[in-house]
Amino acid sequence: MKKYLSFFRLRFNTGLQYRAAALAGIVTQFFWGIMEILTFRAFYESDSASFPMTLQATSSYIWMQQAFLALFMAWFMEGELFESIKNGNISYELCRPLGIYNMWFSRSLATRLSRAVLRCFPIILAAVFIPAPYGLSAPAGPACFLLFLITLALGLLNVTAFCMIIYMLSFFTISPDGIRMTALSMVEFFQGAIIPLPFFPDTVRTVMELLPFAAMQNVALRVYSGDLTGVPLQKAVLLQLFWLCAMLACGKALEHRAMKKIVVQGG
Amino acid sequence: MNMILPKNYHRPNGRLFKSLADSLHLYRQYFAIQLKSTMQYKTSFFLTALGQFLVSFNVFLGMYFMFRRFQNVKGYGYGEVLLCCGILLMEFSLAETFARGFDQFSSLIGNGVFDRIMVRPRSSVLQVLGQRIEFTRLGRMVQAMVIFVYSLSVGTVAWSFSKVMVLIFMILGGTALFSGIFLVYAVICFFTLEGLEFMNVLTDGAREYGKYPFDIYGKKILLFATFVVPYACVQYYPLLFVLGRGKWWYGLLPGAGAAFLLPCYLLWRVGVRHYKSTGS
Repeated sequence: MKKYLSFFRLRFNTGLQYRAAALAGIVTQFFWGIMEILTFRAFYESDSASFPMTLQATSSYIWMQQAFLALFMAWFMEGELFESIKNGNISYELCRPLGIYNMWFSRSLATRLSRAVLRCFPIILAAVFIPAPYGLSAPAGPACFLLFLITLALGLLNVTAFCMIIYMLSFFTISPDGIRMTALSMVEFFQGAIIPLPFFPDTVRTVMELLPFAAMQNVALRVYSGDLTGVPLQKAVLLQLFWLCAMLACGKALEHRAMKKIVVQGG
Repeated sequence: MNMILPKNYHRPNGRLFKSLADSLHLYRQYFAIQLKSTMQYKTSFFLTALGQFLVSFNVFLGMYFMFRRFQNVKGYGYGEVLLCCGILLMEFSLAETFARGFDQFSSLIGNGVFDRIMVRPRSSVLQVLGQRIEFTRLGRMVQAMVIFVYSLSVGTVAWSFSKVMVLIFMILGGTALFSGIFLVYAVICFFTLEGLEFMNVLTDGAREYGKYPFDIYGKKILLFATFVVPYACVQYYPLLFVLGRGKWWYGLLPGAGAAFLLPCYLLWRVGVRHYKSTGS
């Protein structure tokens, strides 16, 4: 465990070095946040009765989404890892007395966290000062905030576990691009990155909330904006735990099979 | 990539028409060689194109479900918004396919390809255009066409000859506009040696939010999209004409998209003059 922790620390510190990139990212994400909110405002002004959340909750949802983008966007995957499978550099990693799965898991986790840490505070700070229905509102209470942090962490673990499955699957295909793109655009849609899940029709939404994708950003962001409380919240957290275990098990099983049959073809 | 010169290569002799035909010929050669090289990896090509298709499919799904809930947005119905989205996506993917060389310009500077371009007696813009033609982006184009055709079945536009002309004009103007932005992106690389992520706001951001007519975002955004970067001239105004709500001269505004290329080209000239080789 200790070696994975130090590996995590190493990647985390490396990630913190990319400050210029983070600054550009912050500007971009701030702009996207504004445009996203303006879009929802247009719908709200056209027909406020059909709006499933309050405008304020939607704004908070969007700001938090932009602030923690790096935690949840499945497409923040590491090209280096895919490359190493393709070009054979993987053999160096295999020489180490570490499990590939655990090592890459801590690596992905560290990369995502370091990116988010660099980016979230300026965005949150700026969003707090935007006037009422369009800015970021305070959470409902300390308990709500604590729940937000817990579900946020669970969501991050879910995203990473999902990405690990994709990494592991690329051991079995020569060109991982196909699986990767299909899976990533699916995640994007089903986790509520395009439009928040409450905006879907009820029947579709019930199904979507059961999928592993809903365990990613959907829960935490809706907890923060106060849209998800009580029994549905308990159910959502249980689902998060369930999918996390399921995806971890699936990824581990894939690793086991991949390591058995891996062939490094010279190079 | 090494440029392969056509056998009948000769220097342009100064006559405008001749040199234009010459450039066209050269571009055709580039086009053929790029197509050939893409087709060497057919599976990869189709998978990447499919990926592009799927990514844009999300845009469509998002709109579909928003309009399951809402009847209209600021007076635009489902079909009208789809029409807007389809056209803009077409413009963007065409620009992305053909002006990709500018989008990845930092790599051309970094690996010294631009040095080689400078010593050739041909237009640098033309050569950069020929460096990379990204056929996989046609996956997005297919998506745009699907959305467009679907919008025709939903929409209520009474098509006439002039409207079809404006539509074609929009696509041309929009492609020019986005190509211009890619050109500016490349000019920035002359000074910073690498791409700047915030420029994505002007390209990907416009693609993402240009799916709705620009006036739904409010006055300020519309003003920006009219006078700073004329997105609205290839999208909102001519769209109003096509939908039968705008004045006739709105149909001529996509010309502003093409005119936008001019300042971009001048910037490019400035950039080239400032160019210092990275030495690799």
